[in-house]
Amino acid sequence: MIEFFTSSTFQTVLSALNSGFLKTLQLFFITLIGALPLGLVISFGSMSRIPPLRWLTRLVVWVIRGTPLVLQIIALFYVPGMKEWFTWPSGENGRMLAVCVAFIINYACYFSEIYRGGIQGVPKGQQEAGQVLGMTKAQIFRHITLLQMIKRIVPPISNEIITLVKDTSLARVIALQEVIWMGESFMKGNSGISGLVWPLFFTAVYYLAFSGIVTVLLGKLEKKLDFFQ
Amino acid sequence: MAILEVHHIEKHFGATRVLEDISFDLEQGQALAIIGSSGSGKTTLLRCLNFLEKPDQGTISVAGNLIFDAADPATQRESEVRKKRLHFGLVFQSFNLFPQYTALKNVTLARELLAQEQPDFKENKKKILEDIQADGRELLAKMGLSERADHYPSQLSGGQQQRVAIARALALHPDILCFDEPTSALDPELTGEVLRVIRELAEQRTTMIIVTHEMAFARDVADQVIFMDGGVIVEQGDARQVIEHPREERTRQFLSRYSEG
Repeated sequence: MIEFFTSSTFQTVLSALNSGFLKTLQLFFITLIGALPLGLVISFGSMSRIPPLRWLTRLVVWVIRGTPLVLQIIALFYVPGMKEWFTWPSGENGRMLAVCVAFIINYACYFSEIYRGGIQGVPKGQQEAGQVLGMTKAQIFRHITLLQMIKRIVPPISNEIITLVKDTSLARVIALQEVIWMGESFMKGNSGISGLVWPLFFTAVYYLAFSGIVTVLLGKLEKKLDFFQ
Repeated sequence: MAILEVHHIEKHFGATRVLEDISFDLEQGQALAIIGSSGSGKTTLLRCLNFLEKPDQGTISVAGNLIFDAADPATQRESEVRKKRLHFGLVFQSFNLFPQYTALKNVTLARELLAQEQPDFKENKKKILEDIQADGRELLAKMGLSERADHYPSQLSGGQQQRVAIARALALHPDILCFDEPTSALDPELTGEVLRVIRELAEQRTTMIIVTHEMAFARDVADQVIFMDGGVIVEQGDARQVIEHPREERTRQFLSRYSEG
């Protein structure tokens, strides 16, 4: 058993999976950093008092949520080149960039609906109390609504974030070399190794460990917000 | 001179007229109680005074200055409305305390934000904030809540929450303090502590408008009473006179329902 873990095959597979998982993590964090704030902007659009802006935003959200993420990745990666609008940078960096854009847009749309629910769920009296105390709209949002909204949205957002951990694997559809792609590569042939099935299934360990950590952290955040009701 | 003059206020919600030709004056240091059954327009009137609803007709003046004129959009600009609101304080039926802040922070938050607009805020920041804190603690002490300053609203009883809400409204030193059925959301055994605080404010000659269903309280604490029904003022006058010897038949009917119930 120990011989297996110290074998050069295992070492090769492990380092390949590690580098694949690094890409998975990169995609995960870039998506969060982009989609969490963008989702807020979209949620404001979908609650706008200007009807055309509201309709347009809701149309976009409907299309993005109503079609598979895989399809959006493929379209975003191939269509601009086919139509000669622009081309993504070549190689792995270009793939990563395209995938990040697709993920950010997709997740921002999901987040925006959660934010909207969170904001609309804060009782109207909270806003009115701020108004009669002479606060500006921005002050009311920042000092009163925001934290109450965050408290409401942590559970549903946590769900989305756990889903995102696993959705990153969809990036392999345009051959981004994330952890699943890496695991699978040892079946076809990689670094002189082929016909190995276990590396693909071994990737599950990475996902389980990472989603475990994310679950614990989000649970802590939820607890932290327990100081008020 | 009257601190508050309200003239010919009218308000519609869609096709329904909820306020019709509402006019009254309020003298500095007086307490006005507004009574009437649910749906008579009392709360809407209070919300109009606090700019939470915009009247379709009429004017509102504070200390002789016209602050709202339905016919003049210049008096309705958002930036100015915010400052004008500060003439009025409002205590809500459902308290509406900010749950994520302690009692003290609920009282001080708005003043801290307003202080940031002072030109000398940066230089004297520490001193200004300390003063606001001290004022806040003093107000809570006045409400009998010194021990509760660092509690969150969810840790307080309804009566305590409403007293924090009163302190919060007082912190901005409004010219006129409005109460929208301040005890209606409270258990009967908790109404006393809130009414006592309002009574004390009246004794200190705080100018107040109180929408209430507590007739005895209105009679004993208010100087003036307005009885509303169907969006109009049916009767107004000296509190004791209106409640004990109403002139209008509709007032009599309303009050008799109360004494029976």
